[in-house]
Amino acid sequence: MKSVAFGQYYPSNSVMHRLDPRVKIVIGIFYIVASFLCKNVLSFALLTVSALVLILVSKIPVKIVLKSIKAIIFIMIFTAILNIFWTKGPEENLILHWNFINIYVDGIYNAVFIAVRIISMIIGTSIFLTYTTTPIELTDGLERLLYPLTFIKVPVHEFAMMMTIALRFIPTIIEETEKIMSAQKARGADFTNGSLSKRAKALIPVLIPLFVSAFRRAGELATAMTCRCYRGGNGRTRLKVLKTTYRDYLALFFIAVFGAAIVLLNIYAPGYTM
Amino acid sequence: MSFIKIRNLKYSYKDDEGSPLGIIRDISLDIEKGEYIAIVGHNGSGKSTLAKLLTLVVDDYDYLEGSIEVDGVEITSDDMTEDGIYDLRKKIGMVFQNPDNQLVATIVEEDVAFGPENLGLERAEIRRRVDDALATVGMTEFIRHEPHRLSGGQKQRIAIAGIIAMKPECIIFDESTAMLDPIGRRDVVATMERLNKEDGKTVINITHYMDEAVRADRVIVIDDGKILLDGTPAEIFAEVDKLRGAGLDLPQCTDLTIRLKAKGIDINGEINTPEQCAKAIAAALGK
Repeated sequence: MKSVAFGQYYPSNSVMHRLDPRVKIVIGIFYIVASFLCKNVLSFALLTVSALVLILVSKIPVKIVLKSIKAIIFIMIFTAILNIFWTKGPEENLILHWNFINIYVDGIYNAVFIAVRIISMIIGTSIFLTYTTTPIELTDGLERLLYPLTFIKVPVHEFAMMMTIALRFIPTIIEETEKIMSAQKARGADFTNGSLSKRAKALIPVLIPLFVSAFRRAGELATAMTCRCYRGGNGRTRLKVLKTTYRDYLALFFIAVFGAAIVLLNIYAPGYTM
Repeated sequence: MSFIKIRNLKYSYKDDEGSPLGIIRDISLDIEKGEYIAIVGHNGSGKSTLAKLLTLVVDDYDYLEGSIEVDGVEITSDDMTEDGIYDLRKKIGMVFQNPDNQLVATIVEEDVAFGPENLGLERAEIRRRVDDALATVGMTEFIRHEPHRLSGGQKQRIAIAGIIAMKPECIIFDESTAMLDPIGRRDVVATMERLNKEDGKTVINITHYMDEAVRADRVIVIDDGKILLDGTPAEIFAEVDKLRGAGLDLPQCTDLTIRLKAKGIDINGEINTPEQCAKAIAAALGK
């Protein structure tokens, strides 16, 4: 259990891993928007190519990427079927007519387009935000990005601190859960057999000590933090300062070109349009 | 002037019925800069509360009488400001019992940097302090590790590094070795002693391991909220009956010598550490 990878971070030293997390967050959002802008065959083709390029550049094994797609395959098939059967097009595009079922070329195009959009979006966001960015970098990046919000009294630093502490304590609490479960098992608790309600009830003697201990930990941590002169985000400096390098500007340039290309293809490229 | 000056300190908690429950009943104590002190006492004797009062991390000051002065500032006075408390915590660092509940960050170096970051230091200065602190506790090679993958003793050394990086004059170890295995304990005690001997820090080790107390220059025994004994280890561990009365054990070697003497074996000298003990036994055998 100790080896659980949080946020599915995949350690490597690719260019993508070394980008500033702030830039990655911005690009990630931009990428989602771009995938929604795509309208015709060529722009979707470009989107597909971009997703493949992302996988190559980030050096994430295809197998791992496929795993994350597997999770949403049902939704994809479902939307594809809906699109195939329910899209109505002009009469000349009708390719199959049987009883009440009418299938148009448009429907098939739409089904493929939406599948490509969902897959690219998943690949894009997971590569920018989870596979190549550690949760802590992500928290850091968010804190800096949202910093302007502190002027309208949004406690950005406090949220980031909570996130950091949560991330720090996930492994500790998992370890403790295992310990308590073993202790209860040793006293004859059974977590695997019986009806659902029985198994849920068996978890109560695990959860109660876990919560009690979590509160005790929280108290002790607060004392330790106070002793280390913590008094909120004001006047605090940081060991690590996020730095944007030429790489980050290059990445921003590429995503801008990519966005522009999609818009241009939407307007000028021939063929079926959604 | 003493670094820490405690005068007639009394402190009580409110129990469930609301009546005050005396924890510290009357303590007066002077601690000089650069001392290496062990405070011992059985559970509930008030030794941890005393430590918490020194850094003002107790919940309620209403039940406090007497005074504590740290570096010439009376910290128990009513006009102690937030900034005053902050300055106090810069001077006195605390290392607690459970290493897991002291580490804040997910990477070792970021955790050590937490204190200096709170002090608002320059980036280069933080970097220097983090590197120095990790070198002092001998954990430099773990700089980019995740704390939860380290052993208890290693985690505790990271917690110590986090305090060292704030450059306090005094470090209090509040039962910091209680949850560690023997190897972890040995490393942590060695770190304490290095801080005292090489860096001249005032070290206060609150412990219930007598074998640790023996290594200090001065031992203070607290029983039932009062100071029972205060002196060098040799003086303290000669008071066998008083220690037993306070519910404390003797260091293993002292215990062994007493038993040997009871059996009529002629064994002499100040015997509190294993080295002294080995020499004395060798001498007795040689006769």
